Amino acid sequence: MSSHEHQDHEHHDHHDHDHPHAPPPDADGTLTYYQALELAVTSLLIEKSVFSADEMRRQIEAMDARHAGLGGRLVARAWVDQDFKARALADGSAAAREIGLEIGPLKLIVVENTPEVHNLVVCTLCSCYPRMLLGLPPDWYKSRAYRSRAVREPRAVLREFGTEIPDDIEVRVHDSTADMRYLVLPRRPAGTDGWAEERLAALATRDSMVGVALAQPT
Amino acid sequence: MRSHHDMGGLEAGPVEPTEHDYAPWEKRVDALMMLLSARGHLKVDELRRNVEALGPDAYDTMSYYERWISSITATLIQRGVLTSDEIGRRMSKVEAEHASEIAGRRAS
Repeated sequence: MSSHEHQDHEHHDHHDHDHPHAPPPDADGTLTYYQALELAVTSLLIEKSVFSADEMRRQIEAMDARHAGLGGRLVARAWVDQDFKARALADGSAAAREIGLEIGPLKLIVVENTPEVHNLVVCTLCSCYPRMLLGLPPDWYKSRAYRSRAVREPRAVLREFGTEIPDDIEVRVHDSTADMRYLVLPRRPAGTDGWAEERLAALATRDSMVGVALAQPT
Repeated sequence: MRSHHDMGGLEAGPVEPTEHDYAPWEKRVDALMMLLSARGHLKVDELRRNVEALGPDAYDTMSYYERWISSITATLIQRGVLTSDEIGRRMSKVEAEHASEIAGRRAS
């Protein structure tokens, strides 16, 4: 969490608690129409007890705590444990829960990169993404260029990310929906035999689990 | 005819590898979606439908979370959770408070 938000909270605490209100606008001096709309809607919903200011704060903290390291844990376990990998490919949601990753109600589908197949994930209609395991998606994932072209010319898109997939490797593109989120199980980099799971997990970067990059030894 | 958001397979320019740290207000919009959906006040399909209803111009010119807060607001009005009148009045209040806060900061 940024120090800025801490300031927001302190600011909150100094107020009287007779009436609920939204966090203050961002302190850079500008308040756009949409920022004002968010503050208005949030404060009304708090007033109507749809949720509390504290629940809002905790929700933001929970999302801030989501990052690609969680997906990396699943990948590393699959790299070291063939039985776990089989379970993950059969039922990604159950495998995530098995190692203590809370993914909510969404259906997680794990797709494996092999010497024959490279997988790439997109959401052409919007921005569906395994956010519980990777955090919020980067801007490019939600961009028109990525959404349009990933399904049409995936190899060209991959090249723009510096990822060259040889012609003899099939590229499979998975179009996500609100109910089905894909996570790529990248290939384990060579030269990592005997590495501890934790060290391996760091090699599974966000981009490698979306499929725009390969897991690389660092 | 395909709808504007349905862009899979269309031609487009190069993918710019852009990303930014989400601003506090963007995180609050995201949290709004999660909180409302957990409480049964919004379904992801509604969120998307109301984003799509913004029309091509708005879709292309608004930022991602600008589209979301617009869609969330539309959904809450459609469901009768909030009225456009109370939202409008509260926005005026928020803007007035912000203006006086800025003025106060300049004066001090």
